[in-house]
Amino acid sequence: MARESEIAERLRSFTTGGTVALKLGAKDYADNYLAALGLTVRDLGGETNSHTIYVSVTNPASLVWSLLQALDIPSARLSFVDAISHLMMSYENVLPNASYVESPTMLEGIMLRIEFLLRRHPNQRNVVIIDSVNSLAVHNSTDVLSEFFHILANNLKTRSVLTVLFTTLESEGTDLDRILSLVVDESFVLDGAP
Amino acid sequence: MSGTRTGTAPATTEGPADRCVTGIEGLDNILGGGIPRGNMVLIAGGVGTGKTTLCLEFLVRGAEKGEKGLFVSVTEASAKLMQNFSTFEFFRPELVQQNQVTIVDLPIVYDRLGLNREELMPGEVDILVRTIQDLVRESGARRVVVDSLTSVGFRVRSEEKARDFILKLGQAFSELGTTSLMVAEVGAVPGVHSLYGVEEAIVDGVVLLSNVRRRGDMLRVLQIIKMRGTVHSRAQYVIDLTPIGLLMAPFLKGGRLESA
Repeated sequence: MARESEIAERLRSFTTGGTVALKLGAKDYADNYLAALGLTVRDLGGETNSHTIYVSVTNPASLVWSLLQALDIPSARLSFVDAISHLMMSYENVLPNASYVESPTMLEGIMLRIEFLLRRHPNQRNVVIIDSVNSLAVHNSTDVLSEFFHILANNLKTRSVLTVLFTTLESEGTDLDRILSLVVDESFVLDGAP
Repeated sequence: MSGTRTGTAPATTEGPADRCVTGIEGLDNILGGGIPRGNMVLIAGGVGTGKTTLCLEFLVRGAEKGEKGLFVSVTEASAKLMQNFSTFEFFRPELVQQNQVTIVDLPIVYDRLGLNREELMPGEVDILVRTIQDLVRESGARRVVVDSLTSVGFRVRSEEKARDFILKLGQAFSELGTTSLMVAEVGAVPGVHSLYGVEEAIVDGVVLLSNVRRRGDMLRVLQIIKMRGTVHSRAQYVIDLTPIGLLMAPFLKGGRLESA
């Protein structure tokens, strides 16, 4: 818990934007994921005048939304970019606060929907969460992902947006990790350790 | 041919004051601040690529800055156009009610001029150009859209007459100091940006909109092929036609491309 509060403090310190990676351990992944949601959607998103853009590539936005409701995490100032529902043929529970991209391979589509939401909330402190880097890597080559993260992270940084990348701790040392090292300002590990 | 100028734009490189800022942020960025004022620009592309939407936003953004616009519609009736336009948040019907944006149905103009033949004769081409010029003058438009040049071309028929029409229209617009977008329907033939193949050589600029397939995904892509009077990007950009306007993102290079 002490470690989580330290991470929360560090995340809050990125007041002029930046890119951070939250590395979730595979062991007790569900707990680590819930901790990540708490640190980002609840804590950062709960701050005054903030707006959170949650890019869901792993699970449909409706599932993440239900989870947030169950956890009593306030989500009034939350928008989704859902890049997985179409691919999973998951057309039920279309959310009014979600923008849908046909496929996680349409990386430009993800960039454009983020851009759209940023313009919709111009005077707010925006946080963009990508859930997750590993899911994007399932559908895209490392070459195109490298290009995507380079453009997206730097663009958002210049606009004082904090980008939080969810990734697995086990990707350390892989090509994916090397891509992230080019854009990430700071990494934090959530592996259940005190 | 390099160095040969047949278009309407001044030959010199122009400063920011001479730009017609489109108001479409991404487009202005890659054009170095906007379209050089007075340029006639071909907006070429296939069906569903966003040609009309781009042109509409160009007029609306201009009207918001006090530059009146004229939309010459050849294919769609103005009532139907208004209905389509109302789906965009950036379009406000009062701009039309207050004559900041004027929409004209060219088929009605044809009727009033008595140009009822299937094919326009050379003299009738001159009448048509003068009439459009009068419409621009009467409306006080600084920005003009003709949607589409291809449809006018069906009545002009020959390559020679099409060239004559575009040249004269370009000169007419230039005299009035208007910046114009001419919509051209094109198929998915690489390197071809117009129906007759002459339009792209005459106009000052060509913006190509196309559907590109990548690993089964269909992407709308925008590329500036040429623009006289300014240094511009030649890269491809993926676009999204959103309720708040046209948004652009860099086209990522990974993946294999196929023409749509």
